[in-house]
Amino acid sequence: MKEFIEIDKDFKTEPYQINMGPQHPATHGVLNLLLTIDGEIIKKVEPDLGYIHRSIEKMCERDSYQQIVHLTDRMDYLSANINNEAVCLTVEKALQLEIPDRVKVIRTIIGELTRISSHCLWWGVMGMDVGALTTYFYGFRDREMLNDIFEETCGARLTMNYNVPGGLMYDIHPNFVGRVKKFIDHFKTKIPEYDRLLSENVIFQKRTKGVGILSKEDAISFGVSGPVGRASGYSCDVRKYHPYSAFDRVDFNEVLRTEGDTFARYQVRIQELWESLYVVEQLIDNIPEGEYRVKTNAVIKLPKGEFYQKVETARGELGVYIISTGTKNPYRLKFRSPGFSNLSALNHMAVGSKIGDLVAIMATLDLVIPDIDR
Amino acid sequence: MMTNQELQNLIGSWFPNPEATEVTSETKENPEVTEQTEAQSKPSQPINKSLLEFTDEGSEFLNITVQPEHLYRLMGQLRSNEQTCFDYLFCLTGMDWEPELGVVYHLESTVNRHAIVVKVKTSDRENPNFDSVWDIWRTAEFHEREVFDFFGIKFNNHPNLKRLFLTENWEGFPLRKDYVDDVNMVIM
Repeated sequence: MKEFIEIDKDFKTEPYQINMGPQHPATHGVLNLLLTIDGEIIKKVEPDLGYIHRSIEKMCERDSYQQIVHLTDRMDYLSANINNEAVCLTVEKALQLEIPDRVKVIRTIIGELTRISSHCLWWGVMGMDVGALTTYFYGFRDREMLNDIFEETCGARLTMNYNVPGGLMYDIHPNFVGRVKKFIDHFKTKIPEYDRLLSENVIFQKRTKGVGILSKEDAISFGVSGPVGRASGYSCDVRKYHPYSAFDRVDFNEVLRTEGDTFARYQVRIQELWESLYVVEQLIDNIPEGEYRVKTNAVIKLPKGEFYQKVETARGELGVYIISTGTKNPYRLKFRSPGFSNLSALNHMAVGSKIGDLVAIMATLDLVIPDIDR
Repeated sequence: MMTNQELQNLIGSWFPNPEATEVTSETKENPEVTEQTEAQSKPSQPINKSLLEFTDEGSEFLNITVQPEHLYRLMGQLRSNEQTCFDYLFCLTGMDWEPELGVVYHLESTVNRHAIVVKVKTSDRENPNFDSVWDIWRTAEFHEREVFDFFGIKFNNHPNLKRLFLTENWEGFPLRKDYVDDVNMVIM
């Protein structure tokens, strides 16, 4: 008794535009994507930015160098400590300050713990984006331990402000080493759990394998960096090529994949958790004794010139470009943020796939919107 | 990997001076900078100074200032030449040098692992424009839109040059030094 409705032969489809965001769960912040779609196939993705732009670069022009450090953890708040470090390293480079080994090692440890914390959050949210809510709680459970460690030593859980030009704000807490070791032991049993829960899940693999492929040539041309670039076989780890702090004395592997799809980006980040743990493990028993801070002038004046320093945040290459005229403020300060360049490749990766795939692609790009809207 | 001096010699040879007999003497506006650079920045063969100039900004990179009309040619050559092979544009910065406006390009080679800085300047504040490099490095498409948004510098042949962060009807260009900010109440 079924009656089929005959489709009108003259019925035509045409591309139309829809808005994804600015309040969409998959955008992880306030980002508006203007999608041109034909049916469910994406023809074009046009990001509309600026919902939370605070013009940090302009604010830097009126602030002293100590103040600028505090603005930077409002950019990529998940790698707050690494952002702080980037500005401090640039200022120290300009002043040609000799930084004690103790500072370098502590900065590296906390930087790598920040990376783990950021990847934990990403892993939880990644699962949630593709429909596995459980991962969110697992990821946040382990991240909580790290936040407690940060709170004890740095005084804050997220926006740490622990670095100052010349060293650290204060020395590490006496409990720090013990708690970090405890975390390493704990987390080593948890990464295999992550794999069992999500990485080996067939539905998850079907949703991510072969989706949003980015070739190596395109990755370089789009200025993509971090895990996104490394999943395309593009060796771009700043810690390897331009080692800063204590990265020249530790042993770790740069995780590379060649597939360039969403699943490869996922695997790179999971593998980076192991590598970061390994780096922390090497350093945690060997924190050198010494000063935790070099004295600097109360008003820091950089010499005339241009200074550039890059670091590897959890998202990729962060560059700090200071142009100084010899005064206490920078004449111009530019942040080369990893998220902004990674986002520029989104249109290229998403064209031809479905809207559901776009959510998976966005999740492995690991965008933090304040990093894009500086 | 090429050293800064090798890069300078090579790039200088792309812009030969038609009058080869002319002695290259440093004639810079800023006497301080000249003193520092005189020793290093003498190219091995005379280059055409009106097109290209090497400067020292106290950074680890080799700095080149190029005339706007030769920007695209230089960039294309930097990208395609096998010895230089600058395939990674890692930073594109808009600048207001007062009174000049300009753009700074940071380039790196992922093959040879050397880096370079290219600068381009114009004193036209009303209608500044440079050639777009988006077809050499795709990432420039976004970065150039950002520069257009905050500095009002136009890029010729850009596929989609419109405001990126600010709304279409925003007046003025906030990152210029002469921008008057009468909306912000917290001016220090």
